[in-house]
Amino acid sequence: MSLVVTDLAITIDGRRVVDGISFEVPDGARLGLIGESGSGKSLTALALLGLLPAGAEATGSIRWDGTELIGMPERRRASFRGDDIAMVFQEPRTALNPIRTVGRQIAESVRIHRGVTRAEARRIAIAEAERVRLPEPARIVNRYPHQLSGGQRQRVALAMALACEPRLLIADEPTTALDVTIQAEILELLLGLVDDAGMSLLFITHDLAVLSQVATHGVVLEDGRVVEAGPVPELLSAPRHPVTQGLLRDATATLWRGGAS
Amino acid sequence: MITLARLWRSSTGRFGLVVVAAIVLVAIVSVFWTPFDPKSIDTGARWLGPGWPHLLGTDSTGRDILSLIMTGARTTIFVAVGAAAVATLFGILLAALGALTPRWTREAVAVLIDILVAFPVLLIAMMIASVWGGSLWVVVWAVGIGFGVNIARVTRPELRRVQHSDFVLAGRAAGLTPLQNLTRHLLPNVAPIFIVQLSWGMAVAVLAEAGLSYLGFGANVTEPSWGLLLSELQAYITVHPTSVLWPGLAITLTVLALNLLGDALREATDPTLRHGARQRIPHEAPGVVA
Repeated sequence: MSLVVTDLAITIDGRRVVDGISFEVPDGARLGLIGESGSGKSLTALALLGLLPAGAEATGSIRWDGTELIGMPERRRASFRGDDIAMVFQEPRTALNPIRTVGRQIAESVRIHRGVTRAEARRIAIAEAERVRLPEPARIVNRYPHQLSGGQRQRVALAMALACEPRLLIADEPTTALDVTIQAEILELLLGLVDDAGMSLLFITHDLAVLSQVATHGVVLEDGRVVEAGPVPELLSAPRHPVTQGLLRDATATLWRGGAS
Repeated sequence: MITLARLWRSSTGRFGLVVVAAIVLVAIVSVFWTPFDPKSIDTGARWLGPGWPHLLGTDSTGRDILSLIMTGARTTIFVAVGAAAVATLFGILLAALGALTPRWTREAVAVLIDILVAFPVLLIAMMIASVWGGSLWVVVWAVGIGFGVNIARVTRPELRRVQHSDFVLAGRAAGLTPLQNLTRHLLPNVAPIFIVQLSWGMAVAVLAEAGLSYLGFGANVTEPSWGLLLSELQAYITVHPTSVLWPGLAITLTVLALNLLGDALREATDPTLRHGARQRIPHEAPGVVA
């Protein structure tokens, strides 16, 4: 169950915003896509799921377990989403439907892909809530998103993504909107769950410090191109491209600030 | 069920519920029983004041006013529910076409909505009625479509906002089809706005029916209608001022109850409003329909 992206390009209204990037996520691997905002990393993630906004078009090749995803009919494509490949979004405040209970949202993908009953879906939702270590899972599934804290909401988003036991989890800056302490908790939880399930992880971030905690390999993007790629320790110890060096400076600056305060 | 309990807790919701329920009950009872036959003319009992056995008195031909109002409630409910159903279908269709389709159809529908909003519903209903003859169905369709346009105008931008929200994207990422997304995420999120609009629409329909019947464009003379009754009694307002009070009161109370019910419903269906008024969803007043 590997993901192979070859020469992926994304054009929006004729402008190439992602310009021929290639990378690979072997089964069970943890890859990080890193770059400044506007480098095309989030669009790449959306392209993998076939969820590009209207007017954007992806060309090149995205192979999931040998199957070409680009150009696949939408109906078949949808059957992969949430089931084989799942995604966690950046902003936990808006990634949950404000008027549906947490439990129903967690079990949503299971209800779609497995066609389970309502009672069974609730049982799964409670189990998933427990797995992401939400307090009082049996009660929290009846709550609404606005009754939860930011960290708890991101746990719910994580539970939603994991409910169907996907083989690949795409996490688009899942901790950026959170406090530093909550960030660390969520990262630790995410890693533990990915390890337990043996799934692959594609982690998108602008923070090299975060990347070093979650991924073994990193791909550095700038203006829709890959400027550097390799094992994370190498990116940290011997960054060759100016962009990587800049990201490293930012990361160390954060560490220093964190140490001083 | 939870929504109903929450509705009951607010005083306006309770008032709206009780009055609307009472009107429905009266309409149902009138099918089986009224104090007098509302059509029977009794020249010996003309213009009786309120009392026994004619509780609300009688009109110029000796018909029992209470019985007339009871059967008139049926017409009112028929028009309100009928117009609401038409407005819902038409409004959702128009709003969805104007929010979720490719760009050029979307823009075209938006312009169409703006044009349609400018049409005076009551005047068009009168026009149709004077050409093809008036009936309650004309009122239902005219108010339904007219208010459907109003609902679409308010719902469309909201639908677009929700469509671009992260949770709809997350829903798609979880494998929801567009239709599943519509029923699970989009429509429930615009429902609070929709419901208020709809309750206003029902109030407008009640008023429109009364108004059109009053003018002779709505209910047939053989059909029971508060508006018709009002216009008949109003001719004698200087001689018998109390009798005209009853249909007027019935119309006012119904419209008031529907408006209050709509407001209470909005608060009851929106969980973000439940614990203190956080992020209040703004709602526009209905456009001018007449």
